[in-house]
Amino acid sequence: MPEVITEVAQNSLTIEIGGMPVRVNTTDRGFLNTLHNRYAGYVNSTADAEVEFDVQLASSGNAEQDAGVRVARRGERWSLTRGDFQAEWEPSKRRGWIQQTANPYSIDAVLRIVHTLVLAKQGGFLLHSASAIRNGKAFLFAGVSEAGKTTMSRLAPSDVTLLTDEISYVRKRDDGYLAFGTPFTGELAKLGENVSAPIAALYLLAKGRENRIDPVPAGEAARALLANLLFFAEDEELVQATFHAAFEFVNRVPVSRLTFFPDARVWELIR
Amino acid sequence: MSSLYVARNPRVAARSLDGEMMIMSGRDSTMFTLNRTATILWQAADGATSLEQIVQQKICTEFEIEPDEALRDAETLARDLASHGILQISEEPIVGGDSK
Repeated sequence: MPEVITEVAQNSLTIEIGGMPVRVNTTDRGFLNTLHNRYAGYVNSTADAEVEFDVQLASSGNAEQDAGVRVARRGERWSLTRGDFQAEWEPSKRRGWIQQTANPYSIDAVLRIVHTLVLAKQGGFLLHSASAIRNGKAFLFAGVSEAGKTTMSRLAPSDVTLLTDEISYVRKRDDGYLAFGTPFTGELAKLGENVSAPIAALYLLAKGRENRIDPVPAGEAARALLANLLFFAEDEELVQATFHAAFEFVNRVPVSRLTFFPDARVWELIR
Repeated sequence: MSSLYVARNPRVAARSLDGEMMIMSGRDSTMFTLNRTATILWQAADGATSLEQIVQQKICTEFEIEPDEALRDAETLARDLASHGILQISEEPIVGGDSK
């Protein structure tokens, strides 16, 4: 019956980040509209979903986003919990469910976790870093809060395409690594462009009185990378995979320290 | 002092980079960077070689240190690494340790 098909289509949304389409099903039109707005630029209605979630909205609940995330696997099933959501996901069936309030930041957290779990198996990761494309090459700017990720993003000249000011999406491929745009924003509150490019360099950010780039020893680079990775799972296999992924990355991608004075001239070094 | 055997815990992830041995516990994601002595101990910890043999063959040949003192230090170090779950220690040879 056409009406039924239309009804189902209208209550689903496919969010494609990093080339991985995730379909979200909900019976709440208002929430669907919220997601449409939240993930504008990342909605791909023609993509075949690699993961599908049924979202059950609770009218009220524990909205403590700061409560610790718990991600654990039992058999084939992942369990994801935080103060403001509960979710389960079974990769072999490509399906899961999320129980949350209508806050889009809850599903945002679920998406981040799911992407980290998928990427970890493939040698990729999410990283606390800004990233941007210039001259067809992607550059990552990693650091903790206040390190300058948002500042670097704000200072970017017009020929730079911003991928994110907060969380970079890194996917491994045979000849290197790709950085993808993400809708995961920091203080800039601006979604990254949904494009990708080969990663040319990772810069560890440090604020200073001058702009300069210094080499970083491989061991320090690996430690810094690991310290900035997003990782949630209490799972030995994935911990090991992520650890080795970080070392593979620093073996293949130049890692340097970018000391910068916060004005636009710093971008003269990034080419 | 009784003989001790040490084995790498196969459930941790380890990589050597520019001479630095870095280890991550799979249990709680804690990261360790081993110094030179700890790296030698880690690399020799095959479960079959006693700590005393490791000290004699690998540590005393590398550092100017008395064997008794080196063994005491190595035992302290081995117990410390074991407390973090990255080494296994036993008074018997360890079967099933990471012998790579």
